[in-house]
Amino acid sequence: MKLSGAKALVKSLEDEGVEIVFGIPGGVVLPFFDALYDSKMRKVLTRHEQGAAHMADGYARATGRVGVCISTSGPGATNLVTGIANAYMDSIPMIAITGQVASHMIGTDAFQEADTTGITLPIVKHNYLIKDAAEITDVMQEAFYIARTGRPGPVVIDVPVDIFRGEVNYSRREAPQLKGYKPTYKGHKKQIRLAAKAILESAKPVLYVGGGLITSDASAELKKLATGNNIYVTHTLMGKGVFPESNRLSLGMLGMHGTRAANYAVCETDLIIAAGVRFDDRITGKLSEFAPNAKVIHMDIDPAEISKNVQANIPIVGDARQILRELNTILKEIRHEVETPDRKPWNSMIEEWKAKYPLTYEKNSGLKPQFVVEKIYEITKGDAIICTEVGQNQMWAAQYYKMEKPRRFITSGGLGTMGFGFPAAIGAQLGKPKDLVIDIAGDGSFQMTMQEMATAVLDKAPVKVAVLNNGYLGMVRQWQQLFYGRKYSSSCLRRGESPDLVALAEAFGAKGILVTDPEMVEPAIKEAIDTDCPVLIDFHVEEEENVYPMVAPGAPLYDMIGDMLYPVEKIDLEETEEPFL
Amino acid sequence: MKHTLSVLVENKPGVLARVAELFARRGFNIDSLAVGTTEKPDISRMTIVVDVEEHSLEQVRKQLHKLINIIEIIDLDPDASVAREMVLAKIRVDADNRSEVIEIVDIFRGNIVDVSRESIVVEVTGNASKLRAFEDLLKPYGIRELVRTGKVALPRGK
Repeated sequence: MKLSGAKALVKSLEDEGVEIVFGIPGGVVLPFFDALYDSKMRKVLTRHEQGAAHMADGYARATGRVGVCISTSGPGATNLVTGIANAYMDSIPMIAITGQVASHMIGTDAFQEADTTGITLPIVKHNYLIKDAAEITDVMQEAFYIARTGRPGPVVIDVPVDIFRGEVNYSRREAPQLKGYKPTYKGHKKQIRLAAKAILESAKPVLYVGGGLITSDASAELKKLATGNNIYVTHTLMGKGVFPESNRLSLGMLGMHGTRAANYAVCETDLIIAAGVRFDDRITGKLSEFAPNAKVIHMDIDPAEISKNVQANIPIVGDARQILRELNTILKEIRHEVETPDRKPWNSMIEEWKAKYPLTYEKNSGLKPQFVVEKIYEITKGDAIICTEVGQNQMWAAQYYKMEKPRRFITSGGLGTMGFGFPAAIGAQLGKPKDLVIDIAGDGSFQMTMQEMATAVLDKAPVKVAVLNNGYLGMVRQWQQLFYGRKYSSSCLRRGESPDLVALAEAFGAKGILVTDPEMVEPAIKEAIDTDCPVLIDFHVEEEENVYPMVAPGAPLYDMIGDMLYPVEKIDLEETEEPFL
Repeated sequence: MKHTLSVLVENKPGVLARVAELFARRGFNIDSLAVGTTEKPDISRMTIVVDVEEHSLEQVRKQLHKLINIIEIIDLDPDASVAREMVLAKIRVDADNRSEVIEIVDIFRGNIVDVSRESIVVEVTGNASKLRAFEDLLKPYGIRELVRTGKVALPRGK
């Protein structure tokens, strides 16, 4: 079938099952948008390319499908960059199609020319610059395959304008031809057997699970492993929802703002069963003091993650779901061959930590951000899709909104992109139209991508934005308070002066609600949920509330400050070293 | 420690940039890198010498493997592989010492590829230590310009 390059691209998208694309047209992608116009695929016109990338990302996280975003050359492509890097850090399958100046003008500093493949090289799983229209179908097929298989990630396809206009003989291969790309799915049986034995021999095991298990859809297998063997589970920020937090074996999140129970368990354990995680610095704290007595089983589909930060004793490369399934089978087989030590002391120690150190905050008459998140949780019965921005709002959402199911907590984990949550919420909402989608935001983050409110209104994505407005770049202020002698250098956003977020929401055609009092929280959330259009609730929360407990950057995990056990008043701030990270 | 990696890559535009960028981004040091075609037109071979500890070498290999265009990575065992490098050197000579220099070049089984009144250009191939010895011997005469290709290597046998 002979098609124009632009039509072949559109047909490739359709053949890959794409239903929705996010983007903004511009000079060199006009032939592509012209062809898109005639397609049944839904086109979402965003207000900034960063919004398009984050929407594609949020869509991908909520649905498990590949998100697609489109931009023109030059500034269009560079505006996508943050969103691409964000997807890369969190291993999200995404395709970004960028226009490029005509082939014969590449390298001449033409109008709106930027070296998109060069710029995105370090932040993509792979990228392409199409040099011949005949490559289009192969490249598209490869790109989708690469994006969604193995450890997923973004793939950029840069298309010069003359390629859109070229002629293509459209035909798809049965499978893409990639000599150097063969992800390992099946774990090594001998290694899995070793892991099973180590688990049965452990007196103090703990499961440490992350986003990889969400990617591989391994919740059921994880639950079987944990409950079947009575092993406590701690999750990363990215792993929130992969194990039900209401389960008695859940320790909650670990790391910098994790629970004491989770962090203590990791410090004291003799066996870390790590799956779909990468021992990030926000998780390990001071690396040299991380889990000093533990043997480490590390399962991951990306071999490069194994022994990158923490040496693994039993590495297993493969798809987590397949590995866990096999592990469960082997555990059953050899249970009677191995003598398991008495785990009662370990389990009761953990129960004691859990009972003694629950997540909590000082309740006074003021409007507390944690209270707002708790109320959202209560009213939505834990069943909303929660997106977050980055900073205090993100940590409070992670601490106080308990998740029961995967793909319902959408947050920028690795890159920590402020402004991600709101467009991601729009993407998630469009992918999951029947679900309630709430962006738990901060006033700083929201102002980074708030222009997408127009997209939400016009494309009928009735997301709710709960702005925990403290008038500061809250996490920055918290660090300045704790580590920089309370010098609030450039972190005050001067709430009450500008902007008026309620009026702003109304100006976009959304609904705005101001909440200044704890009494008003519940009715405001209920009203927002009952409203069909996007709603912004501006919660004027206490300005200097902090996220606790906290492991100071560079400190070991057991060294947690700020909660009841070690209130901030007790910290000698003069003694505190300048944070390393 | 120095390791020689023989890396088979798809012969596609931008592959060298991907490899170079990866080394730069992850903070791995490249001692030398030589790239050229192989017996198959769609495959090129890169010979990369890196100076890293054992643990980092593992990371280098794994990270390289993640690049889609990389087909195979072989960590060459110095005892089970042959490695060569070539040097071109322009050496200051005059009528008095020209024959002396030519003698040294002969001992190293080098070739003289250009002669002028004040200088000669010589080519020598060999392993790193031979080339270093060659350079040291010629230094007193005055090396005006010098270039090395970087190591190329293949596994022995089979």
